[in-house]
Amino acid sequence: MTLREALETQDIVFTGEIGPPKGIDCHELWEEAEDFRGRVTAVNVTDIQSSVMRVCSLAVCIKLKEMGIEPVIQMVCRDRNRLALQADLLGSSIWGIENVLALTGDHIRLGDHPAGKPVGDLDSVSLLHVIRTLMGGKDQAGNRLDGAWKKIKLPPPEDGSKPKKKFKYEGPILEKCPKFFPGAVVTPCADPLEPQIIKLEKKVEAGARFIQTQAVYDAKQLEKFMSAVSHIDVPILAGLVMLKNVGMAKFMNANVAGVFVPDDVMKEMADAPKGDEKKVSADIAARLMREMKGMCKGFHLMPLGWSKPAVRAIEAAGLS
Amino acid sequence: MILTERKPADEIIAGVGDKVFIVGCCGCPIGADTGGPERLKELKAELESAGKTCLGSCEIDFLCNKALVGIRLARQADKLAAADTLLVVSCGIGVQAVGNMTDGFVFPALNTISVGGYQGLFPSNERCQECGDCMLGATGGLCPIVLCAKSLVNGICGGEKDGKCEVGDGRPCGWKMIYDRCKELGTLDRLKEFMAPLDHSKQDIPKELRTTIRWALECEAAADVQEEKE
Repeated sequence: MTLREALETQDIVFTGEIGPPKGIDCHELWEEAEDFRGRVTAVNVTDIQSSVMRVCSLAVCIKLKEMGIEPVIQMVCRDRNRLALQADLLGSSIWGIENVLALTGDHIRLGDHPAGKPVGDLDSVSLLHVIRTLMGGKDQAGNRLDGAWKKIKLPPPEDGSKPKKKFKYEGPILEKCPKFFPGAVVTPCADPLEPQIIKLEKKVEAGARFIQTQAVYDAKQLEKFMSAVSHIDVPILAGLVMLKNVGMAKFMNANVAGVFVPDDVMKEMADAPKGDEKKVSADIAARLMREMKGMCKGFHLMPLGWSKPAVRAIEAAGLS
Repeated sequence: MILTERKPADEIIAGVGDKVFIVGCCGCPIGADTGGPERLKELKAELESAGKTCLGSCEIDFLCNKALVGIRLARQADKLAAADTLLVVSCGIGVQAVGNMTDGFVFPALNTISVGGYQGLFPSNERCQECGDCMLGATGGLCPIVLCAKSLVNGICGGEKDGKCEVGDGRPCGWKMIYDRCKELGTLDRLKEFMAPLDHSKQDIPKELRTTIRWALECEAAADVQEEKE
């Protein structure tokens, strides 16, 4: 089932996420993808996550397609200009990859190639616009996509004068245009929230059909956010990053914008007996999902390699 | 004013030939304390202690005034002809100007620090990237292209924390600043408008600005230098 169909027909939808490695040894990546098979509707593939150079998202998405797992290709605007992004969108389309998550991307200075040139030719909102434009048979510059328009020869002018136009184009022929199901992200715990909502509105206006959020660890915060965006009629999947240890939670609180791990969750993680971190992490995620059930359309699990605990959390939540 | 800093001595010593002629700019480098008689004297001493021969020096205000550069250097033509390196103590414009007027081998003694283009005669915090399609009316008079580390034009990203940018270094979040200002002004609605991606071709320097009235003067002065050299 495609993500589009699941969001239309199911009460609750889960998505997972895998991050390609730096290097070509992908066996763990494929194992993580297998863990998610049948447990989530679709699996996001991150795009040069955290600005750390790695295997590209498109290649991994093609492989997921071949494995029969529905991919969500993430696309950041940091590394490719408008030509390269459109080229990769067309490339995704010929492999039947429809779900595209448009993001700005972390800044290049935060990654492992801080001397690199940041691109940012498009931003997440204009990338969504471009996706829609391509679906309509034209590129960002307004050129027609090959094969997507019917070229019709015009009869010569009756008065025998030189014709101004020899051809006209009819279309677009939708089955010859790329098909995408575009999505976007939002940070629900940002402070202030209003500029996030303004941008979210622009993303939806630009064609975003689903939303996956930054990590939320507090049902009350999600509730507050959801009531602030009640006017936005697009399914929202609340993001959950699997906590690995209390150090990671502390680090995120101190350094990651818009992520707040509350004290009780922190304590639970700190009290986890050695060796039981995965179980405790899964229990926390399961409890959060139960608490957040009904507030949002579903959940986007970001396991950072912990796909098995993530799947355990989905099962333990008992929602699907 | 264009800001500059001295290159490390090692880099200069390794980059110049054995016979060096120093050309200093008496404009911005004076203000930045990277030029002027004292700095040139230091530079000369560093060259000589490394075994280089310093054939002389010439200070000109300003090196961006290419016609003046041509006239002044023409008087030193014999030394220029003997030198294998013109060590230029100025911003990148001055280095290029000296190279252009003499056709000699130039080496920069300074690094030009980015101020985001030339930022007025009395530059402060405001920056302009000369994008060619000013959007300041929509953004509360604060430019997202220079204030946002990602130059986003459609609003804030997820990297703002306590008003600071994810890039760090204490850099404020440009879009938080814009949001605050627009909220104060009551113009938040303007931020809701979609901003099309920039037309980067507008940042190409137009042909007519690349050949100015000064250009004719400069061509003449360059010819003088060549003549004197021969």
